[in-house]
Amino acid sequence: MTTYTMPDNKGRYGEFGGQFVPELLMPALIELEKAYEEAMVDPSFTEELDYYLKQYIGRETPLYYAEQLSKQLGGPKIFLKREDLNHTGAHKINNTIGQALLTIRMGKKKVVAETGAGQHGVATATVCALLGLDCIVFMGAEDMKRQKLNVFRMELLGAEVRSVSQGSSTLKDATNEALRYWASHVNDTHYILGSAVGPHPFPKMVRDLQSVIGKETKLQIIEQTGKLPDAVVACVGGGSNSIGMFHPFIEDEEVKLYGAEAAGLGVETKDHAASLTKGKLGIFHGTLSHLLQDENGQVKEAFSISAGLDYPGIGPEHSHLHVTKRATYKPITDEEALEAFQFLSKTEGIIPALESSHAVALAMKLAKEMTSKETLVICLSGRGDKDVEQVKARLEAE
Amino acid sequence: MGRQKLEQALQQKQAANQNLFVPYIMAGDGGLDLLEERINFLQESGASAIELGIPFSDPIADGPTIQEAGIRALANGTSLASILEFLKSTKVDRSIPIILMTYVNPIYRYGMEQFAKDCADSGVDGIIIPDVPMEEEGPIATHLKNEKIAFIRLAAMTSPEERLKEIASKSEGFLYAVAVMGTTGARSSHGDNVKSYLENLKKYSTVPVLAGFGVSTVEQAHELSSHCDGVIVGSKIVDLLHQGKNNEVKNLIQGSIQTSIHA
Repeated sequence: MTTYTMPDNKGRYGEFGGQFVPELLMPALIELEKAYEEAMVDPSFTEELDYYLKQYIGRETPLYYAEQLSKQLGGPKIFLKREDLNHTGAHKINNTIGQALLTIRMGKKKVVAETGAGQHGVATATVCALLGLDCIVFMGAEDMKRQKLNVFRMELLGAEVRSVSQGSSTLKDATNEALRYWASHVNDTHYILGSAVGPHPFPKMVRDLQSVIGKETKLQIIEQTGKLPDAVVACVGGGSNSIGMFHPFIEDEEVKLYGAEAAGLGVETKDHAASLTKGKLGIFHGTLSHLLQDENGQVKEAFSISAGLDYPGIGPEHSHLHVTKRATYKPITDEEALEAFQFLSKTEGIIPALESSHAVALAMKLAKEMTSKETLVICLSGRGDKDVEQVKARLEAE
Repeated sequence: MGRQKLEQALQQKQAANQNLFVPYIMAGDGGLDLLEERINFLQESGASAIELGIPFSDPIADGPTIQEAGIRALANGTSLASILEFLKSTKVDRSIPIILMTYVNPIYRYGMEQFAKDCADSGVDGIIIPDVPMEEEGPIATHLKNEKIAFIRLAAMTSPEERLKEIASKSEGFLYAVAVMGTTGARSSHGDNVKSYLENLKKYSTVPVLAGFGVSTVEQAHELSSHCDGVIVGSKIVDLLHQGKNNEVKNLIQGSIQTSIHA
């Protein structure tokens, strides 16, 4: 067993990662890294974080043996890590609570965030309401139209939602605008980035805060089955739930790690979000990783039925796990995700988020090659209530 | 050519008792034909050097004016490769130093070593990369040094003294002092702390210090130039050229470079 110590002190995961940001933001990243490293070894901080994770968010989340699903697929015993049962309905809040507590520790009172479909925005607005922080969320104008209810939720929670109409008016543009806002207000504002992307120390910090998923899973699966799982599956957009699930298993080489990328209409078309399958190395939003881009280095729009996976880049640690072959990443199309969405709803009475449905779909494929003596864990990163309207419209149109 | 040409050109302007003035234009905004015309026009108007922006899909250091110019340039099919080709084909007609301002990803995609070589071939004298701080500059700095191209560093008002000293000591050609907290684009005024920031940079730097971001008027240019060596003006120039107000650009440059007004 080899010891895994990524990232190095320059924020690199092998060749990936780094801090490609304007000088204006560098002092804030240095301050953040220092504050974060100090906080994580300060019992008064970690105890407070643990308190909110348990009492406010509702952790630990169950590792549920999906007996019906396992039977129907006829392969391994399948377990669902129920991140959908967290407060606000997804894993996003594991990260936002940690970063909000860190904001207070750094003496800042304001928070800025980006959001695509609104899940990270809601999770950020929630913890800001809880802890009395001012919150501004940048959201693409197109996404605001598609996700009116989440806009209302954020406003109800006291956040200000700012519409971004630059570029494609989606997540990548909202992230650009949040970075610009942060540069203008960096003295009193912390940027709560929602995924394991961006400049160091964000990918590490988000991974560590999300690693509670994998740590709990490891203890729970051993308690229930007496051994480590044979395979772990999670969906990957920027890659926060997946890196949180994978990280505690990286040194356990017998555990196979699988990431489901969004293949949209298919990786052979231009409409997908499969950064690892189809992207080339590039530098985007402060980090070096796999990126959907043209031959001139212009970043392409990503496409997926699932807004949470609709991002042209990917976290640098996933790029590292991909090139070192420690994890395997497979594309899952919109159609496959929709099928899995319905299948899990019918077999287990659990409506998964469209993002998580990609992980379910990949697990359904992997199950065919596995035996009943093996176990497989799916990270069910979020609940699907937010998606039922979209799925209904889509199914009725077919 | 390269760093030497840029530094000599700036010295000549200063020897002639002028404030330095570097206009920024977005390459390919209005097409590459218009670019040649604009370079000649800025040269004749008295600019010290020209900063040529390479359009990028996600320009996080730029405000709305330059973002929109970038979108227009990309819609015209402009790329780093096409701009370098253009600069190569026109270099014999040009005496003014050319500086490229580009985000790092187009260079990364192009290949850093090839980029430095092709810049040298195309008569590019200096490079500004807003999203490469000292922590990440190693590989590109080496390639630019090999080709004797000035690597112009950016200082920020958030940088602590130790970083400012290091940035200033490294900068080549001139030092780009970002004079606002935030992105490019016109501001009505600069903060009170700009004065001491620029004067400190002057102490630390062996190359001229130019203030940029938020500068749009002759008055601002004079005020900032009284604490350093001159200014860089982007959004205002991009906006005026887009509206065809070339005369106003000329007035802005010629008014700004005069040192007699506030002397």
